[in-house]
Amino acid sequence: MAEATANGLGQPALHAVHAHQATAIGVAQTEVHQEHPIKLYLVVWAWLFILSTCSYLVDYFGLHGYLRWSLILIFMILKAGLIVAVFMHMAWERLALMYAIILPPVLVLVFVAMMVFEADYTLFTRLEFFGAGP
Amino acid sequence: MAETTLTHIGQTEPRPAGWQSFAADWSSDQRAFKNVSWGKAMMWIFLLSDTFIFGCFLLSYMTARISTRVPWPNPSEVFALRIGGSEIPLILIAIMTFVLISSSGTMAMAVNFGYRHERRKTAILMLLTAALGATFVGMQAFEWTKLITEGVRPWGNPWGAAQFGSSFFMITGFHGTHVTIGVIFLIITARKVWRGDYDVARRGFFTSRRGSYENVEIMGLYWHFVDLVWVFIFAFFYLW
Repeated sequence: MAEATANGLGQPALHAVHAHQATAIGVAQTEVHQEHPIKLYLVVWAWLFILSTCSYLVDYFGLHGYLRWSLILIFMILKAGLIVAVFMHMAWERLALMYAIILPPVLVLVFVAMMVFEADYTLFTRLEFFGAGP
Repeated sequence: MAETTLTHIGQTEPRPAGWQSFAADWSSDQRAFKNVSWGKAMMWIFLLSDTFIFGCFLLSYMTARISTRVPWPNPSEVFALRIGGSEIPLILIAIMTFVLISSSGTMAMAVNFGYRHERRKTAILMLLTAALGATFVGMQAFEWTKLITEGVRPWGNPWGAAQFGSSFFMITGFHGTHVTIGVIFLIITARKVWRGDYDVARRGFFTSRRGSYENVEIMGLYWHFVDLVWVFIFAFFYLW
């Protein structure tokens, strides 16, 4: 977060200075804040391997029901979070970009809820009018 | 002109941090993404639109799977491979997952070395990423071949619900296309890095300002997104 604030300090210059200088400032900032030690990437890489192995083992040991689904979702969200936050550098971006990119996909969950209702209704009508499967 | 600009810089106050920065950055006549170049912002917005495309695919798969009267084929058995006389469930998919994650790791390191202006290391890591991506596509082609010879079609399959085939080919096919496009652009970008195009601001396709290696990071964003989509496909299609 400290980097983001530091970048913010230099920002007012951006729309005041003419375009050429503005881009130069932009470059300096991006290069300052996207350099991280290699070790960080290796650690995240290792964690992604561990989490993938865990989600594979869920299937290997044939876990069932809510235990299976919740474990799959937990490992999935952790992996997705690590990739977006560290590999895609989202953790070091300003909130304006974070919200612009991360909030809209969350709204897809509303669509999911709608389609769960719809699919349940379709299944109900199929069972009601065509009977159980062949 | 220059003096006015300079005094203007002196007068402006530091920008707010935390949640207030969100409202402050979006309000009034100014650029919203303060320290993000247009190239990076547009890649993020493209990835957002791609998220909706894959989201819709996974949603249609969910809808088909919930609403069918016929049992869904068990992916654990469908994607099992016979190795050394015993059936190992999902083993090919697990290996594909590890290959793609490794490619994301090498890509992240390529971006890092790019910002350090270590051209050779960056290019080699990007080519390694491309090789891992090509391996992934190859394994996917093997998987498609195996399923097609076993009788899986978009309109039916030997084990259960007909929608299994259409969902499978649509989702993995679209993802595989993304990986293939990524491999092609990785090779193009790696060549430019190797040749030093970004150091001399050489003109042409996907140019950059002199000494800026941000294109490598933008390429990385796309590649990590391909890995990200696979995380969701792996969870929802193969494991669920």
